Amino acid sequence: MSPRRFELVLWGAQRATAALLALFVVVHLATIIYAVRGGLTAAELLGRTRSSLAWPAFYALFVVAAAIHAAIGLRTVAAEWLGWRGALANVVAAAIGGALMAAGLVAVRAVAFP
Amino acid sequence: MELSERALTVSVWRGAEQGRFEDFSVPRHGSQTVLDVVTHIQRHLDATLSYRFACRVGMCGSCAMTVNGKPRWTCRTHVDKVAADGKLTIAPLANLPVVKDLVADMREFFDKWARARGRFEPTATRADAFATVDPHSREREEADAGIECIGCGICYAACDVVAWNRDYLGPAALNRAWTLVNDARDGGQAARLAAVAGDAGCHSCHTLMSCTEHCPKKLSPTRSIAGLKRATLKAFLRGEEAGE
Repeated sequence: MSPRRFELVLWGAQRATAALLALFVVVHLATIIYAVRGGLTAAELLGRTRSSLAWPAFYALFVVAAAIHAAIGLRTVAAEWLGWRGALANVVAAAIGGALMAAGLVAVRAVAFP
Repeated sequence: MELSERALTVSVWRGAEQGRFEDFSVPRHGSQTVLDVVTHIQRHLDATLSYRFACRVGMCGSCAMTVNGKPRWTCRTHVDKVAADGKLTIAPLANLPVVKDLVADMREFFDKWARARGRFEPTATRADAFATVDPHSREREEADAGIECIGCGICYAACDVVAWNRDYLGPAALNRAWTLVNDARDGGQAARLAAVAGDAGCHSCHTLMSCTEHCPKKLSPTRSIAGLKRATLKAFLRGEEAGE
């Protein structure tokens, strides 16, 4: 893939994940506001996240979208503010994205599956 | 006190990349433009001052300078509007090399128009009939919205992305490309969409809108760049070679 096409694909991926995140963040915040009414306990929280496979599916997608979006964004910040371009910036951004994704998916598994 | 008895304190950049500001005192007049001030300095105070202008009426795009920190067309900028405290600081346009004093080297600015394929690629010959373009078609209206660019370089000087990425084509070149993307007569679309994609092209724009804020012709290069982003993505999704 040519460098220009690679940038175009990354831009498209960041746009697409941004659209998903806009929806996910709203659902996430609404759930928080709903959940903390009348106090918040670990049992109540885990009861909800383990009640349906829809919750881990939702948060797994959320994690994947956030990791992709953040990694592409950090790569751009690195290019513009630190002057990092090329393979090194790609590897660092991919590593950060991979770490975010792994940490997020581990957390999703922990709250969804006993 | 009469207007003409008051004086402006004007700090003017002298030198090239390395230089310093030099102060001048210029008499104040009614309806005085920043270009009038610079001309007064050159004709009456220091004939070695270099600056660039031609039409003096906002058509040619050659007199843009940095005035009190912002890029402006000096021939159409009234001193009243920008020097409320009687002080002016005038420097060459940012994001471009300085030739001397207030003269910026515009070569990279216009070279980038060429790199963005900002040149009409004809598909017809003089033997063909005139192309019929509906003035109310979406394409024609998109082209109309960006066509009045005078090439002054103000958007280029105002753009943070240009400062961060020296390869970035900049708002004016991309705006020009977008007017041609909407030209039904043009035959160079695939190569143009390829040329404006990627890190040096429209996908680096962060929609900060500094170009749109400062454009003296009230154009919106931001809108044009957004159009290029959509057009390049559509071409990519259709499997065309945009981005190659």
